[in-house]
Amino acid sequence: MNGIENVSRRRFLTGGIVAAGALVLGVRYYPRLSAGDELPHDTNADHATLHPSVYLGINPDGTVWTVAHRSEMGTTSRTTLPLLVADELDADWKRVKIEQAIGDRRYGDQNTDGSHSIRSFYDAMREAGATARFMLIQAAAQQWSVPAAECETDLHVVVHRSTKRRAGYGELASAAAKLPIPHKDELKFKPKSAWRYIGKGEVSYDLEALVTGKAVYGMDARVDGMVYASVERPPVLGGKVKSFDDKEALKVPGVRQTVPIDPFKPPPAFQPLGGIAVIADNTWAAFQGRKKLNISWDNGPNETYNSDEYKKELRATSHNPCKVVRNIGDADAVFAKGGKVYEADYYVPLLAHASMEPMVALAEFKDGKATLWAPTQNPQAAQDIVAKELGIPKEDVICHVTLLGGGFGRKSKPDYVAEAAVLSKKLGQPVKVVWTREDDIRFDYFNAVASMYLKAALGTNGKPTAWLQRSVFPPIPSIFDVNAVYGDGAHLQQGWTDIPYDLPNLRVENGPAKAHVRIGWLRSVANIYHAFGIQCFTDELAHAAGRDPLDYLLDLIGSPRTIDFKGVDYPNYGASMDAYPWETGRLRRVTEMVAEKSGWGKREHGKGTGVGIAAHRSFLTYVATVVEVEVNDQGEVRIPRVDVALDAGLVVNPEATRAQFEGAAAFGTSVARTGEITATKGVIDQSNFQDYPVARINEVPAQTNVYIVDSDAPPAGVGEPGVPPFIAAFCNAIFAATGKRVRDLPITKLGLS
Amino acid sequence: MIELKVNGTEQSFNGAPEMPLLWYLRDILGLTGSKFGCGIGLCGACTVHVNGQATRSCVTTMKDTAGKEVTTIEGLEKSGLHPVQKAWMQINVPQCGYCQVGQIMQAVALLNSKKNPTDQDIDDAMSGNICRCGTYQRIRAAIKSAAGEMA
Repeated sequence: MNGIENVSRRRFLTGGIVAAGALVLGVRYYPRLSAGDELPHDTNADHATLHPSVYLGINPDGTVWTVAHRSEMGTTSRTTLPLLVADELDADWKRVKIEQAIGDRRYGDQNTDGSHSIRSFYDAMREAGATARFMLIQAAAQQWSVPAAECETDLHVVVHRSTKRRAGYGELASAAAKLPIPHKDELKFKPKSAWRYIGKGEVSYDLEALVTGKAVYGMDARVDGMVYASVERPPVLGGKVKSFDDKEALKVPGVRQTVPIDPFKPPPAFQPLGGIAVIADNTWAAFQGRKKLNISWDNGPNETYNSDEYKKELRATSHNPCKVVRNIGDADAVFAKGGKVYEADYYVPLLAHASMEPMVALAEFKDGKATLWAPTQNPQAAQDIVAKELGIPKEDVICHVTLLGGGFGRKSKPDYVAEAAVLSKKLGQPVKVVWTREDDIRFDYFNAVASMYLKAALGTNGKPTAWLQRSVFPPIPSIFDVNAVYGDGAHLQQGWTDIPYDLPNLRVENGPAKAHVRIGWLRSVANIYHAFGIQCFTDELAHAAGRDPLDYLLDLIGSPRTIDFKGVDYPNYGASMDAYPWETGRLRRVTEMVAEKSGWGKREHGKGTGVGIAAHRSFLTYVATVVEVEVNDQGEVRIPRVDVALDAGLVVNPEATRAQFEGAAAFGTSVARTGEITATKGVIDQSNFQDYPVARINEVPAQTNVYIVDSDAPPAGVGEPGVPPFIAAFCNAIFAATGKRVRDLPITKLGLS
Repeated sequence: MIELKVNGTEQSFNGAPEMPLLWYLRDILGLTGSKFGCGIGLCGACTVHVNGQATRSCVTTMKDTAGKEVTTIEGLEKSGLHPVQKAWMQINVPQCGYCQVGQIMQAVALLNSKKNPTDQDIDDAMSGNICRCGTYQRIRAAIKSAAGEMA
């Protein structure tokens, strides 16, 4: 997918595709990202003297340009991927500059979701660095008339071992550029002992820009002559404007005009939702004008959707046999014998992303081409939808990727980018669409509401002899296919079909649910509800059996083995089962590790204090979490401490990884404490942080300790996997502290106060 | 006409007096360091100093800034970095970074009024600033570190 080709030659053959007008705008008005971005299409790496890869260029002054082709929303992948290039190049990090790629298929996959930036590009980045290093060594060896095998590199310099001759990368760049690009098989990768950056990590390349306000997010993009837009969208999904009156809106100073946007043609996918856009001289005027619109809506069939009734429907579905998605033995035969059988319903509502930067995008349609500036996780999808909406070829859509003020999966769906492009075409000038927080909450692609039914028969020592679990949730594929009602393999794999327990009789089922809102990915996605259901039910069974929850969990995980998914639709997060087998021994190891680090068994329980544990694999990473809670007489919950152990294979950037798991504990706190989106007559009830609260500094864990397993296994995800086991461990801790079992999220339903 | 000072420079504004300071700073002056997060003073991303007080610029109207001195992140230090910014870098606080300007302006105001804030002081001062990435643990550590540096 990411083969090395001599793109510097290709560029000269085909020429750069640069719209002159956009070029001028880009240089004059668009604030630069941390480096480069002078041309809307080509990178500085493309123009560098030595350019053996789309990700890399080296200039005669020794500057190394690396291209970050994936979006930066806080995970540090924009820094960590170039760090891989730099390590294999043996480059001095201080002389490495990072430039952000536009959306372009030549970079391979750019959809920055699914916690796979490092995993999917670990080899490609190292290959890019190793290729340049190979060519630099060859060039030096030729200059010195010595065999290349006698030369090595030492931090931006090629060295001839016996004569101690040295030549800097910059001075070798021109000669190296004349050499053929080596085949991958010729490359020599550094031994682990020679790694400079991998495993040690680096802080964000943008760190200073982030603390000085100079960092450029989508919200900060500006071009000359742009106008601002705020859109009043149909309050119910699939609704349409029946009629509207904009007389009062047009009276607001600064408001220029209103522009209707067509409703989407089902399925919604990434199309604009439609509605009426108010165009103004500044953001505030657009917001004010919008408040004065008088619109009559045709709400359409989703007007009948009420989340309370929907919950009952999901639950009823889960109480009857559903589609079997994995089966071992005959659970029903065991249940029929009676004995100790336990059952429970678990429920997680719709969840909104609420990234700190609401959706925003700037678009300029000019001379049949569109230029976009957007905080998008998915610039190629933005190109696709904009091309489709405007009726122009994808190649005529240039999508600049700004920094993202959070994403969490929401910004993989470029409906907001399409809105800006549609408006720019209609108006013939650059348009910046700014979503309010209320828009962001109401018109999200929500994480699915899910109802789960679990049942287990316990044998001797309390271990389950049979286990049944059903989950029912409106699936993400419903945004692409209105008839999709069942979970697909990609989402059922997320902690459901891959229940890792050593059970003689197991049946895993999934039931149908029709979506009435847009469903999408949110940090760890279906793992949120599946881990909650399974890991809390496990804790229930441990208590029912009179067993210690840690011992019981380890007993269920069983001995180290590789799970056999024969006959199960198990995509393994798109990774091969050979490279990333499901190894229960690794889940066991992190569980034992977190138990030891947290002092499990030595900590206080009861009287308002308790600890809970949960273990879960997601995005190919094994995580176990212990959460300590204190619940006072008023029912207020504090989280004094969290311990989390993880095995993500090789961890390239441990500092960034620790930060991700600290953040995941806070994100999980928001989900568990207060995360709930509801709807009445198809309209989302919540709107801003007063009714969709997210965790604040006094509510998150006071201390999250992160322990990383030292591993040579291939790298796995770190952005999302911290969330699912945190939520379950947190709820288990509440039970330990109060004797009250959390089966419905958020915990405000529990009535602790 | 509303006269005010922004980062030490005299400015005059003759637009809608009800316009929030945030949008004046961002859309009219082009000072985009202060961020839009909620529009109703609940998240703190827009925090600036008005006469030295941490203020939510999204709910502060232009008419309320008449005769006042506004300081944004762009004007926090004439050159170099404020000790709070340095601490933020040293502790590696930001993830996405979008809220951090507001967090920093709030923390600076806190440390200007309390040299050695307790955890409770930090909770009281900082609980109006949301970080969705969840960098709070490091924010707390950075405030304590900066307090040490500024002492």
